[in-house]
Amino acid sequence: MGLELKIAHVFRSYNGNPILRDCSFGFASGRTYVLQGPNGSGKSTLFRALALLEKPDRGRVEYRDGGRILAADLELRRRITLVLPSTGIFNTTVFKNVAYGLKIRGVTGADREARVNDALAAVGLAHKKWHRASELSSGETKRLGIARAMVINPEVLMLDEPTANIDPANTAIIESIILKMRQERSATILMITHDPAQAERLGDDLLFMQEGKIIPA
Amino acid sequence: MQSILEGFAAAFRLIVTGNPELWRIILLSLEVSGTALILATVLGLPVGACLAMRRVPVKGLVISLLNTGMGLPPVAAGLFLYLFLSRSGPLGFMGLLYTPTAMIIVQCILAFPIVASLSHAAIANVDPVIRQAAVTLGATPIQESLAVVKEARYSIMAGVMAGLGRVMAEVGAIIIVGGNIAGYTRVMTTTIALETDKGNFELAIALGIILLTISFSITVALRFFQRLGRTGTSAASWA
Repeated sequence: MGLELKIAHVFRSYNGNPILRDCSFGFASGRTYVLQGPNGSGKSTLFRALALLEKPDRGRVEYRDGGRILAADLELRRRITLVLPSTGIFNTTVFKNVAYGLKIRGVTGADREARVNDALAAVGLAHKKWHRASELSSGETKRLGIARAMVINPEVLMLDEPTANIDPANTAIIESIILKMRQERSATILMITHDPAQAERLGDDLLFMQEGKIIPA
Repeated sequence: MQSILEGFAAAFRLIVTGNPELWRIILLSLEVSGTALILATVLGLPVGACLAMRRVPVKGLVISLLNTGMGLPPVAAGLFLYLFLSRSGPLGFMGLLYTPTAMIIVQCILAFPIVASLSHAAIANVDPVIRQAAVTLGATPIQESLAVVKEARYSIMAGVMAGLGRVMAEVGAIIIVGGNIAGYTRVMTTTIALETDKGNFELAIALGIILLTISFSITVALRFFQRLGRTGTSAASWA
Protein backbone atom coordinates (compact mmCIF):
# COMPACT_ATOMS: atom_id res chain seq x y z
CA MET A 1 0.00 0.00 0.00
CA GLY A 2 1.41 3.39 -0.97
CA LEU A 3 0.22 6.89 -0.43
CA GLU A 4 -3.36 7.67 -1.32
CA LEU A 5 -4.24 11.22 -2.18
CA LYS A 6 -7.61 12.84 -1.86
CA ILE A 7 -8.76 16.39 -2.35
CA ALA A 8 -12.13 17.49 -1.10
CA HIS A 9 -13.98 20.71 -1.92
CA VAL A 10 -10.80 22.68 -2.60
CA PHE A 11 -11.10 26.37 -3.43
CA ARG A 12 -8.21 28.66 -4.39
CA SER A 13 -8.31 32.24 -5.69
CA TYR A 14 -5.63 34.71 -6.71
CA ASN A 15 -6.46 38.39 -6.21
CA GLY A 16 -10.14 37.57 -6.03
CA ASN A 17 -9.97 35.54 -9.25
CA PRO A 18 -11.25 32.01 -8.49
CA ILE A 19 -9.01 29.27 -9.93
CA LEU A 20 -10.01 26.10 -8.08
CA ARG A 21 -13.74 25.89 -7.43
CA ASP A 22 -14.97 23.08 -5.24
CA CYS A 23 -12.43 20.68 -6.68
CA SER A 24 -12.65 17.10 -5.39
CA PHE A 25 -10.97 13.88 -6.47
CA GLY A 26 -9.30 10.74 -5.13
CA PHE A 27 -6.02 9.46 -6.58
CA ALA A 28 -5.34 5.76 -6.06
CA SER A 29 -1.84 4.63 -5.19
CA GLY A 30 0.46 3.42 -7.98
CA ARG A 31 -1.54 4.70 -10.93
CA THR A 32 -0.57 7.27 -13.55
CA TYR A 33 -3.01 10.14 -13.96
CA VAL A 34 -2.71 12.55 -16.86
CA LEU A 35 -4.46 15.87 -16.49
CA GLN A 36 -5.46 17.99 -19.46
CA GLY A 37 -7.36 21.21 -19.79
CA PRO A 38 -7.19 24.72 -21.17
CA ASN A 39 -4.77 27.34 -19.87
CA GLY A 40 -6.10 28.94 -16.70
CA SER A 41 -8.32 26.00 -15.82
CA GLY A 42 -6.39 25.45 -12.57
CA LYS A 43 -4.10 22.49 -13.39
CA SER A 44 -0.87 24.01 -12.09
CA THR A 45 -2.65 25.56 -9.11
CA LEU A 46 -4.02 22.13 -8.25
CA PHE A 47 -0.53 20.59 -8.48
CA ARG A 48 0.91 23.28 -6.22
CA ALA A 49 -1.78 22.54 -3.66
CA LEU A 50 -1.16 18.78 -3.97
CA ALA A 51 2.60 19.33 -3.55
CA LEU A 52 1.87 21.33 -0.36
CA LEU A 53 3.52 24.40 -1.89
CA GLU A 54 0.36 26.43 -1.31
CA LYS A 55 -2.54 26.03 1.05
CA PRO A 56 -6.02 26.09 -0.46
CA ASP A 57 -8.34 28.86 0.69
CA ARG A 58 -10.88 26.21 1.63
CA GLY A 59 -11.15 22.45 1.43
CA ARG A 60 -8.77 19.59 2.24
CA VAL A 61 -5.73 18.01 0.64
CA GLU A 62 -5.27 14.67 2.37
CA TYR A 63 -2.54 12.09 2.07
CA ARG A 64 -3.37 8.72 3.60
CA ASP A 65 -1.10 5.82 4.37
CA GLY A 66 -2.90 2.61 5.27
CA GLY A 67 -6.06 4.60 5.94
CA ARG A 68 -4.30 6.99 8.33
CA ILE A 69 -4.37 10.68 7.39
CA LEU A 70 -0.85 12.12 7.38
CA ALA A 71 0.06 15.55 8.71
CA ALA A 72 1.23 18.01 6.04
CA ASP A 73 4.73 18.19 7.52
CA LEU A 74 8.30 17.81 6.33
CA GLU A 75 8.09 14.01 6.62
CA LEU A 76 5.21 13.94 4.16
CA ARG A 77 6.79 16.56 1.88
CA ARG A 78 9.81 14.26 1.59
CA ARG A 79 7.62 11.42 0.27
CA ILE A 80 6.19 13.47 -2.61
CA THR A 81 7.63 15.84 -5.18
CA LEU A 82 6.63 18.17 -7.97
CA VAL A 83 8.73 18.91 -11.04
CA LEU A 84 7.83 22.49 -11.85
CA PRO A 85 7.30 23.61 -15.46
CA SER A 86 10.34 25.89 -15.22
CA THR A 87 12.37 23.38 -13.33
CA GLY A 88 14.27 25.73 -11.00
CA ILE A 89 17.65 24.25 -11.77
CA PHE A 90 20.39 25.35 -9.37
CA ASN A 91 23.36 27.27 -10.71
CA THR A 92 25.85 24.46 -10.19
CA THR A 93 26.83 21.18 -11.81
CA VAL A 94 24.39 18.59 -13.12
CA PHE A 95 25.64 16.16 -10.43
CA LYS A 96 25.07 18.57 -7.55
CA ASN A 97 21.58 19.37 -8.82
CA VAL A 98 20.59 15.72 -8.72
CA ALA A 99 22.41 15.13 -5.44
CA TYR A 100 20.57 18.00 -3.69
CA GLY A 101 17.52 16.03 -2.56
CA LEU A 102 19.76 13.29 -1.14
CA LYS A 103 22.14 15.73 0.52
CA ILE A 104 19.35 17.46 2.44
CA ARG A 105 18.15 14.01 3.58
CA GLY A 106 21.61 13.23 4.93
CA VAL A 107 22.49 10.63 2.28
CA THR A 108 26.25 10.79 1.82
CA GLY A 109 29.27 9.20 0.20
CA ALA A 110 29.17 6.24 -2.14
CA ASP A 111 25.43 5.68 -1.69
CA ARG A 112 24.65 9.21 -2.81
CA GLU A 113 27.01 9.03 -5.75
CA ALA A 114 25.61 5.66 -6.89
CA ARG A 115 22.01 6.89 -6.71
CA VAL A 116 22.83 10.09 -8.58
CA ASN A 117 24.67 8.10 -11.25
CA ASP A 118 21.66 5.79 -11.65
CA ALA A 119 19.25 8.71 -11.99
CA LEU A 120 21.48 10.48 -14.51
CA ALA A 121 21.85 7.26 -16.51
CA ALA A 122 18.05 6.82 -16.48
CA VAL A 123 17.53 10.23 -18.11
CA GLY A 124 20.51 9.94 -20.46
CA LEU A 125 22.62 12.64 -18.82
CA ALA A 126 25.42 10.52 -17.35
CA HIS A 127 27.90 11.98 -19.83
CA LYS A 128 27.05 15.52 -18.66
CA LYS A 129 27.50 14.79 -14.95
CA TRP A 130 30.14 17.47 -14.38
CA HIS A 131 28.74 20.06 -16.81
CA ARG A 132 27.23 23.26 -15.47
CA ALA A 133 23.44 22.80 -15.43
CA SER A 134 23.09 26.22 -17.07
CA GLU A 135 24.88 24.86 -20.14
CA LEU A 136 22.17 22.23 -20.82
CA SER A 137 19.57 22.57 -23.57
CA SER A 138 15.89 23.03 -22.61
CA GLY A 139 15.18 19.35 -23.23
CA GLU A 140 18.15 18.28 -21.14
CA THR A 141 17.10 20.72 -18.40
CA LYS A 142 13.65 19.07 -18.29
CA ARG A 143 15.35 15.67 -18.03
CA LEU A 144 17.57 16.97 -15.25
CA GLY A 145 14.46 18.13 -13.37
CA ILE A 146 13.03 14.61 -13.66
CA ALA A 147 16.34 13.01 -12.54
CA ARG A 148 16.40 15.31 -9.52
CA ALA A 149 12.93 14.08 -8.58
CA MET A 150 13.55 10.40 -9.42
CA VAL A 151 16.64 10.14 -7.25
CA ILE A 152 14.65 10.71 -4.05
CA ASN A 153 12.24 7.86 -4.93
CA PRO A 154 9.02 9.81 -4.33
CA GLU A 155 5.83 7.91 -3.64
CA VAL A 156 3.88 10.58 -5.49
CA LEU A 157 5.60 12.23 -8.45
CA MET A 158 3.93 15.26 -10.05
CA LEU A 159 5.13 16.48 -13.43
CA ASP A 160 3.82 19.86 -14.56
CA GLU A 161 4.12 19.91 -18.36
CA PRO A 162 7.34 17.89 -18.54
CA THR A 163 7.46 18.09 -22.34
CA ALA A 164 6.35 21.69 -22.92
CA ASN A 165 8.52 23.77 -25.27
CA ILE A 166 10.99 21.03 -26.18
CA ASP A 167 11.77 19.23 -29.42
CA PRO A 168 10.22 15.87 -30.48
CA ALA A 169 13.43 13.94 -29.75
CA ASN A 170 13.56 15.13 -26.14
CA THR A 171 9.80 14.62 -25.81
CA ALA A 172 10.25 10.99 -26.87
CA ILE A 173 13.07 10.52 -24.35
CA ILE A 174 10.97 11.98 -21.52
CA GLU A 175 7.97 9.85 -22.48
CA SER A 176 10.14 6.73 -22.38
CA ILE A 177 11.46 7.76 -18.94
CA ILE A 178 7.89 8.14 -17.65
CA LEU A 179 6.81 4.82 -19.17
CA LYS A 180 9.81 3.10 -17.58
CA MET A 181 8.98 4.65 -14.21
CA ARG A 182 5.43 3.34 -14.54
CA GLN A 183 6.72 -0.17 -15.16
CA GLU A 184 9.56 -0.27 -12.66
CA ARG A 185 8.39 1.86 -9.75
CA SER A 186 5.30 1.79 -7.62
CA ALA A 187 4.99 5.57 -7.43
CA THR A 188 1.76 7.38 -8.20
CA ILE A 189 2.44 9.67 -11.14
CA LEU A 190 0.40 12.78 -11.85
CA MET A 191 1.17 14.65 -15.01
CA ILE A 192 -0.10 17.68 -16.92
CA THR A 193 0.01 17.80 -20.71
CA HIS A 194 -1.68 19.62 -23.56
CA ASP A 195 -1.08 16.72 -25.97
CA PRO A 196 -4.08 14.29 -26.06
CA ALA A 197 -2.03 11.62 -27.87
CA GLN A 198 0.64 11.81 -25.21
CA ALA A 199 -2.02 11.56 -22.51
CA GLU A 200 -3.29 8.35 -24.14
CA ARG A 201 0.22 6.94 -24.38
CA LEU A 202 1.21 7.63 -20.78
CA GLY A 203 -1.88 7.65 -18.59
CA ASP A 204 -3.78 4.91 -16.79
CA ASP A 205 -6.45 7.48 -16.05
CA LEU A 206 -7.15 10.57 -18.12
CA LEU A 207 -8.60 13.58 -16.35
CA PHE A 208 -9.84 16.86 -17.67
CA MET A 209 -9.80 20.11 -15.79
CA GLN A 210 -12.39 22.74 -16.53
CA GLU A 211 -13.29 25.87 -14.59
CA GLY A 212 -11.39 24.74 -11.53
CA LYS A 213 -12.85 21.23 -11.31
CA ILE A 214 -11.55 17.79 -12.25
CA ILE A 215 -13.70 15.83 -14.66
CA PRO A 216 -12.77 12.22 -15.57
CA ALA A 217 -12.28 12.13 -19.36
CA MET B 1 58.74 66.50 -13.61
CA GLN B 2 62.21 65.40 -12.54
CA SER B 3 61.13 65.20 -8.89
CA ILE B 4 58.07 63.11 -9.81
CA LEU B 5 60.26 60.65 -11.69
CA GLU B 6 62.72 60.54 -8.81
CA GLY B 7 59.80 59.96 -6.46
CA PHE B 8 58.61 56.98 -8.51
CA ALA B 9 62.13 55.56 -8.73
CA ALA B 10 62.56 55.80 -4.96
CA ALA B 11 59.10 54.30 -4.45
CA PHE B 12 59.95 51.29 -6.62
CA ARG B 13 63.17 50.85 -4.67
CA LEU B 14 61.12 50.74 -1.44
CA ILE B 15 58.77 48.14 -2.88
CA VAL B 16 61.49 45.97 -4.44
CA THR B 17 63.77 46.01 -1.39
CA GLY B 18 60.85 45.12 0.89
CA ASN B 19 61.13 48.16 3.16
CA PRO B 20 60.00 47.02 6.66
CA GLU B 21 57.98 50.17 7.40
CA LEU B 22 56.18 49.89 4.09
CA TRP B 23 55.27 46.26 4.79
CA ARG B 24 54.18 46.99 8.36
CA ILE B 25 51.76 49.63 7.03
CA ILE B 26 50.45 47.35 4.27
CA LEU B 27 49.89 44.42 6.65
CA LEU B 28 48.09 46.61 9.21
CA SER B 29 45.86 48.01 6.44
CA LEU B 30 44.98 44.52 5.25
CA GLU B 31 44.41 43.32 8.82
CA VAL B 32 42.11 46.24 9.71
CA SER B 33 40.15 46.25 6.44
CA GLY B 34 39.99 42.43 6.24
CA THR B 35 38.68 42.09 9.79
CA ALA B 36 36.18 44.91 9.24
CA LEU B 37 34.96 43.25 6.07
CA ILE B 38 34.58 39.83 7.69
CA LEU B 39 32.53 41.41 10.51
CA ALA B 40 30.44 43.42 8.03
CA THR B 41 29.76 40.24 6.04
CA VAL B 42 28.89 38.16 9.11
CA LEU B 43 26.41 40.86 10.16
CA GLY B 44 25.30 42.17 6.77
CA LEU B 45 24.61 38.93 4.91
CA PRO B 46 21.98 37.60 7.38
CA VAL B 47 20.34 41.04 7.47
CA GLY B 48 20.20 41.16 3.66
CA ALA B 49 18.92 37.57 3.53
CA CYS B 50 16.19 38.23 6.11
CA LEU B 51 15.05 41.35 4.27
CA ALA B 52 14.88 39.43 1.00
CA MET B 53 13.22 36.25 2.24
CA ARG B 54 11.25 36.95 5.39
CA ARG B 55 8.39 39.18 6.37
CA VAL B 56 10.14 41.96 8.26
CA PRO B 57 8.28 44.85 9.93
CA VAL B 58 9.09 48.25 8.38
CA LYS B 59 11.10 46.49 5.69
CA GLY B 60 10.93 49.51 3.35
CA LEU B 61 12.32 51.79 6.05
CA VAL B 62 15.19 49.39 6.84
CA ILE B 63 16.09 49.10 3.14
CA SER B 64 15.99 52.90 2.79
CA LEU B 65 18.27 53.26 5.82
CA LEU B 66 20.71 50.72 4.40
CA ASN B 67 20.72 52.45 1.02
CA THR B 68 21.38 55.75 2.79
CA GLY B 69 24.18 54.07 4.74
CA MET B 70 25.84 53.08 1.48
CA GLY B 71 26.50 56.76 0.87
CA LEU B 72 27.35 57.58 4.49
CA PRO B 73 30.18 60.16 4.50
CA PRO B 74 33.17 58.45 6.20
CA VAL B 75 34.08 61.56 8.19
CA ALA B 76 30.57 61.66 9.62
CA ALA B 77 30.84 57.99 10.62
CA GLY B 78 34.25 58.75 12.13
CA LEU B 79 32.92 61.75 14.02
CA PHE B 80 29.98 59.86 15.54
CA LEU B 81 32.13 56.92 16.56
CA TYR B 82 34.69 59.36 18.01
CA LEU B 83 31.95 60.92 20.14
CA PHE B 84 30.96 57.47 21.42
CA LEU B 85 34.51 56.30 22.10
CA SER B 86 36.00 59.53 23.46
CA ARG B 87 36.72 59.62 27.19
CA SER B 88 33.52 61.56 27.93
CA GLY B 89 31.42 59.43 25.53
CA PRO B 90 29.15 56.51 26.51
CA LEU B 91 31.75 53.91 25.44
CA GLY B 92 34.77 55.89 26.62
CA PHE B 93 35.42 53.46 29.48
CA MET B 94 36.44 50.82 26.92
CA GLY B 95 39.54 52.77 25.95
CA LEU B 96 39.19 51.95 22.26
CA LEU B 97 39.87 55.38 20.79
CA TYR B 98 43.09 55.56 18.74
CA THR B 99 43.38 51.78 18.50
CA PRO B 100 43.14 49.43 15.50
CA THR B 101 39.91 48.11 17.06
CA ALA B 102 38.28 51.54 16.66
CA MET B 103 39.42 51.58 13.02
CA ILE B 104 37.92 48.13 12.47
CA ILE B 105 34.62 49.27 14.02
CA VAL B 106 34.34 52.37 11.85
CA GLN B 107 35.25 50.45 8.69
CA CYS B 108 32.68 47.82 9.62
CA ILE B 109 30.07 50.60 10.01
CA LEU B 110 30.94 51.80 6.50
CA ALA B 111 31.00 48.34 4.87
CA PHE B 112 27.93 46.89 6.64
CA PRO B 113 25.25 48.82 4.67
CA ILE B 114 26.99 47.97 1.39
CA VAL B 115 27.18 44.25 2.14
CA ALA B 116 23.64 44.12 3.61
CA SER B 117 22.05 46.16 0.85
CA LEU B 118 23.78 44.41 -2.05
CA SER B 119 23.14 40.99 -0.45
CA HIS B 120 19.47 41.91 -0.15
CA ALA B 121 19.35 42.92 -3.82
CA ALA B 122 21.23 39.77 -4.89
CA ILE B 123 18.98 37.40 -2.92
CA ALA B 124 15.76 39.23 -3.84
CA ASN B 125 16.71 38.83 -7.51
CA VAL B 126 16.93 35.03 -7.30
CA ASP B 127 14.12 33.45 -9.32
CA PRO B 128 11.34 32.41 -6.86
CA VAL B 129 11.19 29.04 -8.60
CA ILE B 130 14.55 28.17 -6.96
CA ARG B 131 12.97 28.35 -3.51
CA GLN B 132 9.97 26.37 -4.72
CA ALA B 133 12.23 23.72 -6.27
CA ALA B 134 14.08 23.33 -2.96
CA VAL B 135 10.74 22.94 -1.14
CA THR B 136 9.46 20.34 -3.60
CA LEU B 137 12.69 18.37 -3.11
CA GLY B 138 12.08 18.25 0.65
CA ALA B 139 14.11 21.16 2.02
CA THR B 140 13.53 22.43 5.55
CA PRO B 141 12.97 26.20 5.85
CA ILE B 142 16.68 26.69 6.67
CA GLN B 143 17.81 24.48 3.78
CA GLU B 144 15.42 26.36 1.51
CA SER B 145 16.93 29.71 2.56
CA LEU B 146 20.46 28.38 2.13
CA ALA B 147 19.60 27.19 -1.38
CA VAL B 148 18.45 30.69 -2.30
CA VAL B 149 21.50 32.36 -0.71
CA LYS B 150 23.78 29.88 -2.48
CA GLU B 151 22.12 30.75 -5.77
CA ALA B 152 22.96 34.42 -5.17
CA ARG B 153 26.53 33.67 -4.06
CA TYR B 154 28.33 35.36 -6.96
CA SER B 155 26.33 38.58 -6.63
CA ILE B 156 26.84 38.48 -2.85
CA MET B 157 30.59 38.12 -3.41
CA ALA B 158 30.45 41.14 -5.72
CA GLY B 159 28.78 43.07 -2.86
CA VAL B 160 31.48 41.97 -0.44
CA MET B 161 34.18 43.08 -2.88
CA ALA B 162 32.43 46.45 -3.23
CA GLY B 163 32.54 46.73 0.58
CA LEU B 164 36.25 45.91 0.54
CA GLY B 165 36.80 48.59 -2.12
CA ARG B 166 35.16 51.15 0.12
CA VAL B 167 37.07 50.34 3.30
CA MET B 168 40.47 49.96 1.64
CA ALA B 169 40.21 53.43 0.11
CA GLU B 170 38.86 55.09 3.26
CA VAL B 171 40.88 57.76 5.05
CA GLY B 172 38.64 60.31 6.81
CA ALA B 173 37.01 58.05 9.40
CA ILE B 174 40.07 56.06 10.41
CA ILE B 175 42.19 59.16 10.86
CA ILE B 176 39.56 60.50 13.30
CA VAL B 177 39.19 57.32 15.40
CA GLY B 178 42.65 55.83 14.77
CA GLY B 179 44.76 58.95 15.19
CA ASN B 180 47.35 57.90 12.59
CA ILE B 181 49.88 56.78 15.23
CA ALA B 182 53.13 55.55 13.63
CA GLY B 183 53.62 51.81 14.00
CA TYR B 184 50.21 51.35 15.66
CA THR B 185 47.29 52.82 13.72
CA ARG B 186 48.99 54.19 10.62
CA VAL B 187 47.64 52.53 7.49
CA MET B 188 48.19 53.05 3.78
CA THR B 189 45.70 55.83 3.15
CA THR B 190 46.54 57.83 6.27
CA THR B 191 50.27 57.46 5.56
CA ILE B 192 49.81 58.75 2.02
CA ALA B 193 47.94 61.80 3.37
CA LEU B 194 50.57 62.45 6.05
CA GLU B 195 53.67 61.90 3.89
CA THR B 196 52.24 64.09 1.12
CA ASP B 197 51.70 66.84 3.68
CA LYS B 198 55.31 66.48 4.78
CA GLY B 199 56.59 66.46 1.19
CA ASN B 200 58.05 62.90 1.55
CA PHE B 201 56.76 61.50 -1.68
CA GLU B 202 58.74 58.21 -1.88
CA LEU B 203 56.71 56.32 0.74
CA ALA B 204 53.47 58.02 -0.37
CA ILE B 205 54.00 57.03 -4.02
CA ALA B 206 55.02 53.47 -3.07
CA LEU B 207 51.87 53.06 -0.99
CA GLY B 208 49.83 54.73 -3.73
CA ILE B 209 51.09 52.13 -6.21
CA ILE B 210 50.28 49.29 -3.80
CA LEU B 211 46.82 50.76 -3.10
CA LEU B 212 46.12 51.13 -6.82
CA THR B 213 47.21 47.53 -7.36
CA ILE B 214 44.86 46.37 -4.60
CA SER B 215 42.02 48.49 -6.05
CA PHE B 216 42.69 47.02 -9.49
CA SER B 217 42.64 43.49 -8.02
CA ILE B 218 39.34 44.25 -6.27
CA THR B 219 37.87 45.55 -9.54
CA VAL B 220 39.03 42.44 -11.41
CA ALA B 221 37.58 40.21 -8.67
CA LEU B 222 34.32 42.23 -8.74
CA ARG B 223 34.03 41.79 -12.49
CA PHE B 224 34.83 38.10 -12.14
CA PHE B 225 32.03 37.51 -9.63
CA GLN B 226 29.56 39.67 -11.56
CA ARG B 227 30.30 37.68 -14.68
CA LEU B 228 29.90 34.39 -12.85
CA GLY B 229 26.59 35.59 -11.45
CA ARG B 230 25.29 36.60 -14.87
CA THR B 231 26.35 33.57 -16.85
CA GLY B 232 26.71 30.86 -14.24
CA THR B 233 29.76 29.63 -16.14
CA SER B 234 32.59 28.00 -14.30
CA ALA B 235 35.61 29.94 -13.11
CA ALA B 236 37.76 27.89 -15.45
CA SER B 237 35.90 29.14 -18.49
CA TRP B 238 36.24 32.78 -17.47
CA ALA B 239 39.00 34.65 -19.20
